[in-house]
This record gives sequence, structure tokens and C-alpha cells, in this order.
Amino acid sequence: MQIVRALLTRLITTFITLFGAAIIVFVVIRVVPGNPIAMMLPPGASEADIDRLKALYGLDKGIFEQFVIWISNVVQGDFGTSITLRQPVYDLVIGRLPATLELSVMALLIAVFIGGAAALTATLYRGSKVEGGIDVAGGIALSLPDFLWGLALILLFGVLWPLFHISGRISPSLGFEFTSHFYLFEALARFRFDVVLDLMGHMLMPALALAIPLAAIILQLLKQSLKECMHDDYITLARTKGYAESSIILRDALPNAILPTLTLIGVQFTFLIGGTVIIERLFSYEGLGNMAIDAVINRDLPLIQGIVLVFALLFTMVNLVVDMAYAALNPRLRHA
Amino acid sequence: MSFLSIQDLTVQLKNGMPLLRQVSLDVAPGEVRALVGESGAGKSMIGKAVLGILPKAARLTGGKILLDGEDLQTLPQKARRQRIGARAALIPQDPLTALNPSRRVGPQITDRLVDILGWKRPDAEKRALELLEEVHIQSPDRVMKAYPHELSGGMRQRILIASAFAAEPKLIIADEPTTALDVTVQKQILKLIREMQQRHGTALLFVTHDLGVVSKIAQSLSVLYAGKVIEETTVENFFASPSHAYSRALLAATPKYTDPEGSLTQVPESVIAAVEAEVAAFDDQVKAGSRP
Amino acid sequence: MRDARGHIRRLPGLRLWLSGGWLTFLVLAAVFAPLISPHDPLAQDLFAGRLPPFFEQGADPAYLLGTDSLGRDVLSRMLYGARLALIVALVAGTLTCLIGATLGLIAGYYRGWADLVISRFIDIWMAFPPVLFAILLIAVLGTGLMSVIIAIVVIDWTRFARVVRAEAMGQGAMDYVASAQVAGRTRFGTALTEILPNVLPTIVALLTLEMGIAVIVEAILSFVNLSISTDQPTWGGMIAEGRTSIYQAWWVLVFPLFALFLTVLSFSQLGEGLKDHFDPVLR
Repeated sequence: MQIVRALLTRLITTFITLFGAAIIVFVVIRVVPGNPIAMMLPPGASEADIDRLKALYGLDKGIFEQFVIWISNVVQGDFGTSITLRQPVYDLVIGRLPATLELSVMALLIAVFIGGAAALTATLYRGSKVEGGIDVAGGIALSLPDFLWGLALILLFGVLWPLFHISGRISPSLGFEFTSHFYLFEALARFRFDVVLDLMGHMLMPALALAIPLAAIILQLLKQSLKECMHDDYITLARTKGYAESSIILRDALPNAILPTLTLIGVQFTFLIGGTVIIERLFSYEGLGNMAIDAVINRDLPLIQGIVLVFALLFTMVNLVVDMAYAALNPRLRHA
Repeated sequence: MSFLSIQDLTVQLKNGMPLLRQVSLDVAPGEVRALVGESGAGKSMIGKAVLGILPKAARLTGGKILLDGEDLQTLPQKARRQRIGARAALIPQDPLTALNPSRRVGPQITDRLVDILGWKRPDAEKRALELLEEVHIQSPDRVMKAYPHELSGGMRQRILIASAFAAEPKLIIADEPTTALDVTVQKQILKLIREMQQRHGTALLFVTHDLGVVSKIAQSLSVLYAGKVIEETTVENFFASPSHAYSRALLAATPKYTDPEGSLTQVPESVIAAVEAEVAAFDDQVKAGSRP
Repeated sequence: MRDARGHIRRLPGLRLWLSGGWLTFLVLAAVFAPLISPHDPLAQDLFAGRLPPFFEQGADPAYLLGTDSLGRDVLSRMLYGARLALIVALVAGTLTCLIGATLGLIAGYYRGWADLVISRFIDIWMAFPPVLFAILLIAVLGTGLMSVIIAIVVIDWTRFARVVRAEAMGQGAMDYVASAQVAGRTRFGTALTEILPNVLPTIVALLTLEMGIAVIVEAILSFVNLSISTDQPTWGGMIAEGRTSIYQAWWVLVFPLFALFLTVLSFSQLGEGLKDHFDPVLR
């Protein structure tokens, strides 16, 4: 019962957050200085053009009415038509979202792998130079944001030691025809490992740039939780049973230490997705964030709205899923 | 021949401060030996040294621990742990913290059998069910699937006892196994440990500060003060006529087991001073080299 | 608690010295940029385009760190860029801190409806990618120093509000706060005299961190060409330019990037070091 009520409360706050986000988007674009129509039209548009567009977007009506029209369209998935690309915003967003999702998930996996491995290694060699080295590396990784790591990676692996692609999502020369927008997933499903390799080669650098700061955060929190767990009595008991230290860390300490880290990863994952905006730009990766920046520069109002709202939806959903996963994973909470 | 033989065991803190001073003791198969002393006397440290779970700050600096005739210190760490895991087991002090909260009870009983001793999982599970019945747990299959937090402290201690006996170890070290429990549960658990020990013929090293408990369970005992064994004798002799002044004072200071609320007399200061002097003289001998 | 902190004063660590040293150097360079810059940062010399730095073949000793594709002196542009970076760091960082910490203090100490509203706003803010939010704001507000500062404040106040709110909630539950109130102090007085001093170490540490973030946000905005204006040299702008000519003239990217690296690292290490220094209990 308790869990149902908690879930319901959580759903309601999620809804309020989403609604609030929609209002903010609406307000920022329409009420704050700058006539949205002027923003939408190329310079030198005629009065008639302006009026036609105003009517089209309901901008001749009152602000509250405008909001109602706008939000009911949005709820039905009608984000309007992109001014510059002359396609439905919905189609454009759906076309680009998979690229951003693939990049984000790849970055998350890398971060979890690096951060987790570093935390486990540091715990195994606690008190030694290995732990000290890992701490220093983690401190530096944490101090610098993804943008700077991206630039550093471009210099290192794009210029100095050109091992990976630093631009784009796939080599055009490959000539592979995709039926979906999930390139990596599709290539994997169709066993085209040459294509997978090419996609990975493009994705690795931007994903790594996104992953490094998160890996450092995972390292620090997980290491701290693991160290606390290693003093527990059941760890000592496992030692007397004959288990090696490494398997004790993995089997006994990790499950008890991981919960705070999982929650943190959830919150941080939204930050990571937020980072894709500039990282995609930096690596000319054709995702949602890159399109968003173009949309802002070209003043493509409907497209901006659509992308920002999709991001907001994505973020709130990620947070919701994390909270539910937290409840499902914690046996003490589950049986309460 | 004794199953556990400790010879001149010395454990020190990293700064050189001694925790155990050339401790020697033997536990024969099937024997129950109690280790008594005040807190800080090093009685738990002996068990920890045998099981290879000394705290990080402490280090084994001398002596031998022979388990079934084999010197454990000569083995590399991994092999040593496996050997200990196969031959000895621990009944820990606090049942509330000694079970892993995120794992079900069943695997925590069977894991040693499967992972260290190479049993097949179904066999190990069958064995665990038998053991849970042996420690008088109702509906063992339900308990196997439970998480520790769903069970009471007494239940958890029974599970830990079952887990300790699972691999038929020749030696069990019980580290104050009843101190964390309610008084009413204490007696049941003590009785259970005694019962299990007799049925399985296991040697038992029983660490306690409670002489009342000693009379109920042990045949022999070692009295420790400041990490040094100051008296080693049979329980019968000890309660009839303890030879060391400190032992006599300790015995006098213990409330009768039948009257646990009875007034607690202190060990007299003169006795403490005498035993301190004895320990200091021993340290001087070690320094002077007249003792190894 | 304040007394305990006062007693445990340790020598600032190496990282405090290093980061403090770099930032002092940077402030001096920025202040005296007009005096020490070897060239006009805007002066183009199309005959001296893409000159390499002094240690490379074919360098011109007049251009110590080389020139960009338009023949502008990289060193001079970096010095002037430092001015902008530091102005943004100080002004935007401080404003963000003031606004965010105030809101966090109100939410965490007064609780009730104020907390409800502020927390909801924090939630909503967390639903936007900050970089996109900033870019959108600049698009609406127009480019310029003020817009950049406003954008940073608007997107990042939640960082302070979240942390200070949590700290103030923890502190508000403590005994000495209750005793201050029993002693007849007003709620506002208690907030100011009892809560604020105790959350101050956290705020100071966050402030230096925020200054680093402000520098980064400015660089990112410059990178997408939406920052101050195209004719003012900024590190982000130089990096954007360097990114396009990375194979022909790596130095246009590397030197400003290196300056940015050190600056952001210094700000964050300074924050960490100050946190340790003020509050050993926290670590």
C-alpha cells in the first residue's frame, strides 16, 4: 500500500514538473523580449506574411488561449513544422533522438565500466599507491567538464595520434542503408560488425568525453561506500569461509554498496544527456543536441520548442525510472 | 594429537605494541576450550589470528599456528584462506551484522560448500535444510528464502551456527556468541552450541568474558591478561582451586551464573598490580633475549 | 561547531597554492593586458597568418605563441580573453551564488510553502539541459556580456539552492538553533546569525566551483558563437576557431584550451581545498 502511494505521489510530481517545464518553454519564447514571429521569419517579410503566421500559430489570440492551444497540440504530439527544415518537428525529433540516446547510453556504459572498475580496484588495493593514483586521476577527471575533455580527446586521438573519428556519426563511404534511426542497434541486430565498428569508432570519442566526469563521480561515491562495507561483520565472516578478497568485494560488498551509486547515476545520467548538446556540436555528431543549437542559431521556434520539451520529457522519465528502480532494488524498502 | 596447536603466538600493532604475548594453547578434537579474560585481554585476537582476520593495524610477528598439523603461516594468502575455510568456522558475536543484508539466507549457508569445497548446489541445499532443522528452525525452506532483516536476532544466530557447522569443520571458534542477544535467548543459544558441538564432535574454542558460561560448556580454559596466558587448566580444577591470584580474583568477581544480577566485586588493585608486574617481567625477558 | 572549526586550521595544501598561484597570475595578466600584450588582439595581418609558436620551425619571434588564420596574435588574444573570462567568473559566479544561496536558505530554513515552490522550480530547472537552456536564453536576450551573465545566473542558481537548502534543513534541526529561538530571537535573526555562518564554508567552496563553471559556460557560448560579440577575443571563440583549423594550426586551439584547463582546474581545486580548510568534518 505504502509503495502504491509513494508511486502515485511520484507520478504527480513528475506531471507537475513536466507541466512547469512546458510553461517555462512557452514563457521564455513568447513573453520575454523579442517577437517570436520576427524570430521566425527571414528579414524583409511582408505584413501579410506576419499576419498569416500569427493566425497559423494562434498568436493573434490572448496569451492564455495561446497556451491552451499550444499545450493541447503538444500533448497530441503536434509540435508544428520546422521553419528552416520544412518538416514536422515531431518527425525531425524522432529522427535525431535515437542518435543522442545511443550516444548517451554508450557514454553511461563507459562511465559505469571505468568508474566501477576503478572503484573496485582502489578498494582491492586500498591503502596502497594504486589507490592514491586512482584518487588523483579521479580528482582531475572530476574537476574538468565534458566540453574540455572532448577538446582534449580531439587533440590526443584526432590530431596527435589519429586513431578514432572525431566528427560525424558514420562514414558516408560505407553506403549502408538503415531502416531505423537506431544505427548501432540495427547494425548489431543485422550482424554487420563492420558497420558496428565504424559507428563505434565515431561514437567512442564523444562518449568518452561525456563519460570521464561521470566515471570520476561513480569512482568516488562507490569507493567510499565499498570501504564502509569492508568493515562490516559479514565481510569478515566471508573471509573465514575461505573467499578471496576480490570475490568478497564483488559478491558481498558491491551489492550492499551500490545503491547510493545507482541513485546517483540516475541523477547524473540526465546531466550526461544534457552534456550531449555541446559534445554533439563539438564532434559534429548528428544528434538532437546538435540540431537544437542549429535551431537556436536559425531561430527555428517550433523546432526549439519541440527539442527542449523532448529533453524535459526524457529527463523527468529518467528520474522517474531511477526512483522506481531504487524502490525495486532495495530489499529492505521492498519488504517494508 | 591436537587439532589446533598455537605455539608462542605473538601479535603486535604496527607501532610495536603487543596484543598477544607468546600465547600457546592446544585444542584436541572434540575438546571445548574457553578463552577468558577482561575486554582487551586479547582473547578475541587469538581467534582472529587463527582465522586469518586480524585487523589491519595488527600483525602476526611470531609463533606458529598449526591447524591439523599444518603451519598456516607457510601458505600463501589465498591457499591459507581456503584451508581455513575448509577446516574451521566462526560463530560471530553479533548475529544482526554478520549476515549479508542483501543476500538470502540459504546461499549464505551453502556458499562455502559450493564455492570452496566444490559441492553440487542441490546437495548443498539439502544439507542446509538438514542443518536448519538441527538448529530447531521451523519451516526451514521458508527461512532459506528469507532476507536476514526478516528474522529475529535469535533466529539469525541459529542460522550462523548452522552455517558454521555446514562443512563439518574440525574446529569452530565462537567469539562471544551470546553477548549480543537477549538474556532469555542466550541460554537457548548456548545450549544449542553445546548440543551441536557434541553431536558433530567438533573442537570448539569458546571466547567469553563470562565464567558462568564457561562452567556450562567448556572442559578446559585459558585465562588471559594483557595478551598473555596466565593460567591454563581444566574447568574442574579452575573452579575448585584456581592457581593464579588473578584467576582467583576473577572468579570471586564473577556473579554466580544462577544469580546474574548479583553484586559485582572488582578485581582488587593489588592483584592487578601483581599481574601487571608479571607481564612487565615477561616483556623484559623477551627484550633481554632469554626468551625466543 | 564554529569554534571547533576555528581550532582545526591546517596549512593550505599544495593544490591550494598551485591553483591560487595560477589564478593570481591570471588576474595580473588580465589587469595588465593592455600593457603587456605584444600586439593589438584585433589587428589582422594577412601576411602573417598561421605563424607557429616560437619553438617551431618558421616562427616569428614577434608572435610568441603564433598567429591565427587571420594573422592575429594568439598571446595577445589570450590575455584579453582572460579579462572576459575573469569578469564573467566573478560577476556571474557571485550573482548566481547570492541568488541561489538566498533561495536555498529560504527554502531550507522556512520550509512550508516557500520550500514547496522553490523545490518545484528546482525540479523544473533540472528537466532542462543547462547548455541548451543557456543558448536559448542568449538567443532570446541577444548576445553581449550582460546576456551571458544573466544566462549563467538563470541556469545555475539551482546548484546553490539545492545544496544550501539541504544544509540549512540539517542545521535548522540542530539544538543550538532551537535554543537561539527559545532565547527570543526572531526567525530571520536566527537564520542570519546561526544558520548562515554554518553553511558558509559550503557556499564559499561552491562559489569558487561556480566561477570555474561560469568560465566554461562562457567558453561554450563563445564556441557556438553566441557569447559576447565576434570582435572581442574570448577563449571559447579562439577554441571554436582553432577547432576548424586543427590540422593546419594546432596552436590556435591548444594554447587557449590549456589556459581554460588550468583555470577551471584551479577554480575547482581551490573550492575543494577551501572546503577542506574550513571544514575538515565535511570530508
